[in-house]
Amino acid sequence: MSGVEETLNESVDIKEDKEFDVEAEDHIGDDYFVDPTRYLFYRDRKEWADLEPVPQDDGPNPVVKIAYSEKFSDVYDYFRALLKNDERSDRAFALTAEAIELNAANYTVWHYRRVLLQALSKDLREEMRYITAIIEEQPKNYQVWHHRRMVVEWLNDPSEELEFIADILSQDAKNYHAWQHRQWVIQEYKLWDNELKFVENLLEDDVRNNSAWNQRHFVISHTTGFSDPAIVEREIQYCLSQIRKAPHNESAWNYLKGMLQDRGLSSPPGLLERVLELKETHCSPYLLAFLFDCYEDALENSNQKENVGEEERKDILRKALEICDLLANEKDTIRKEYWLFLGRSLENKSGSRGPSDKPPEPSDPASGQQEMS
Amino acid sequence: MWQRDGGQLFKKNFFFSFCVKRAVLRCLFVHFLLHSSYQLFVINPSFLCFRPALLREQHYQYLKKGLRHLSDAYECLDASRPWLCFWILHSLELLEEPIPTAVASDVCQFLARCQSPTGGFAGGPGQHAHLAPTYAAVNALCIIGTEEAYNVINREKLLDFLWSVKQPDGSFVMHVGGEVDVRSAYCAASVASLTNILTPKLFEDTTNWILSCQNWEGGLSGVPGLEAHGGYTFCGTAALVILGKEHMLDLKALLRWVVSRQMRFEGGFQGRCNKLVDGCYSFWQAGLLPLLHRALFKEGESELSRQRWMFEQQALQEYILLCCQNPAGGLLDKPGKSRDFYHTCYCLSGLSIAQHFGNMDLHHEMILGKEENRLAPTHPVYNICPEKVSQALQHFHRLPVPYENKPPGKADTAVKEPTVDRTQGCHYD
Repeated sequence: MSGVEETLNESVDIKEDKEFDVEAEDHIGDDYFVDPTRYLFYRDRKEWADLEPVPQDDGPNPVVKIAYSEKFSDVYDYFRALLKNDERSDRAFALTAEAIELNAANYTVWHYRRVLLQALSKDLREEMRYITAIIEEQPKNYQVWHHRRMVVEWLNDPSEELEFIADILSQDAKNYHAWQHRQWVIQEYKLWDNELKFVENLLEDDVRNNSAWNQRHFVISHTTGFSDPAIVEREIQYCLSQIRKAPHNESAWNYLKGMLQDRGLSSPPGLLERVLELKETHCSPYLLAFLFDCYEDALENSNQKENVGEEERKDILRKALEICDLLANEKDTIRKEYWLFLGRSLENKSGSRGPSDKPPEPSDPASGQQEMS
Repeated sequence: MWQRDGGQLFKKNFFFSFCVKRAVLRCLFVHFLLHSSYQLFVINPSFLCFRPALLREQHYQYLKKGLRHLSDAYECLDASRPWLCFWILHSLELLEEPIPTAVASDVCQFLARCQSPTGGFAGGPGQHAHLAPTYAAVNALCIIGTEEAYNVINREKLLDFLWSVKQPDGSFVMHVGGEVDVRSAYCAASVASLTNILTPKLFEDTTNWILSCQNWEGGLSGVPGLEAHGGYTFCGTAALVILGKEHMLDLKALLRWVVSRQMRFEGGFQGRCNKLVDGCYSFWQAGLLPLLHRALFKEGESELSRQRWMFEQQALQEYILLCCQNPAGGLLDKPGKSRDFYHTCYCLSGLSIAQHFGNMDLHHEMILGKEENRLAPTHPVYNICPEKVSQALQHFHRLPVPYENKPPGKADTAVKEPTVDRTQGCHYD
């Protein structure tokens, strides 16, 4: 979506096609050489004379009318003609490439190209080369990746995929389409073996790459899983060591929590203590939030356990509420409303305060229109 | 005193009023990040006295022109023209600028030309139907809200189209022979509910598929397994709200994820953890908070605020007004980026969310800057004005649902679509 328009200036750039030169008549009589690379509109090409172009039917009073270049209109007038006749030919196939170059997001053209690939039994290896080049040019487009997936499926050959995607990711390590394609290939063709290593390399490059952390979770959950305590301990150690290197990395903290939340944050022994240790030297709003989650989890589990005394519960609740206040008022004020809500919610659930003791909703003036200054 | 941590710089002591410094710092910080040098933000006088102005007149002119004519820079959106209609019309309705009757009628006629004979709407006349322009077209027509607009929609064919893209696992492809992701479920649920063609059978297994998109981060991904992302999270959550199944999400985990997407310095939202702020997430992310507020309320949550959403509304308004406006009209991602109609729509939608708390019964406004900055409220599920939602629902619920069950002879089309769909081949006559 970005980059559609010029910054600030609303001048319309007239697209110049330097190769285009319709004034061939000027050269008649000279010893003149027809430059075969010169661009000719389809309407001027002999081989297309049999086809009647179909202009776009925008109606008499168009809206959102795009000032197409002459080249664009010409190509698409002929595309519409091909579509109307359902023509299955090599010239149609060639034209789809031109239409795609002009607008790679035209999913109707891509669909038609796929129909032609099958109908004309086109060389799919060549199509792989084509789609590789297109994706390199336009890696943030839905249609190009979907097309590649179709070709890989038809060939039933994923052998180039991991390397190709790695190349795209080397240019943009967070390209969502690239990761989506990668996960599809890995799952479909069971290519799990080297992926954890791949993820670790990416995290070496940039420990804040959340896509890589996600891929880590993806690989582990689909291979060893997170039930094995040895795996969990390994992952905890991995997280904590990344946190020591970059304490304000939200991804690492989210991964730690995300991995443990189903089993309970208080389940790994000694984790709370390790985090409390880190608090002294590597504190962050994420660490504090994690502590809060540990305390909340402990309270929830203490409901089932009889060996957690009332005093202990009160103490855990107090610590949890302290952290909420600290985050709301000092360490994570952008999320003040949220931390205050969590605090109220926790208090309410734990039932330690009666309704009369409940603190008023903080700093809310009387309802009604309020102008911020 | 400056503190350094992991490459981030932030200032501890402030010498001028909290609001001014935060706003100025916000812009300087974003510039610093983008340009690696300390470029001074060209400060509009209205911003200096800290009553930032929404440049209404400039945005209006930009939108008014775009609704008619677009430069060839928009060739890349030639397969998304109903989107252009929606982005522009919704922006105008937020600005409370009336659409002239003639223009409205022209939009109706154009969208009618985008409707496929086999149902649904395409990116342009003569193209194949696709769920995204279908969503946009239906929304645009509902914004117009005239009988002519409603009558454009061929409901029976629309239902045929939705069935044609439905997958056995509950998901939907975006178009015949196209890709699957959670946007499609939202587009389908949105149009089906507004036009009253929604049946339980149509969305059988869709709930479970959407739920499988909630991941370890608490947000939702485009397809199961991927990273949580604001756009997809909005689509999945709003779709579940329409289906009445939002309570099946881990709402607490989702809430934690989305509130964590607000950037503490910039005030705007990022789309994914550890990525940059972008004005469009002002809607996709912040728009989740009204949805979650309502969902939690329905679950019996007693401690919800009665005045504020659970994000910093003022900070978001500051980000949009100070960093996302093009002085010549139109809004944008972040300083240094160019304006476009997509960002104009979603920055304004986000601004509206940040200004308005509540629903029909309970309403609390927080307008940053002049009262003239006030936008119309927007419906957090459909992102058109709430009155237009009610009006459309009223109109279409007087009409019968076309049919209940899967049409006979509909093959279970898997995502693999190697052979041509003959029904699409002959509709350009």
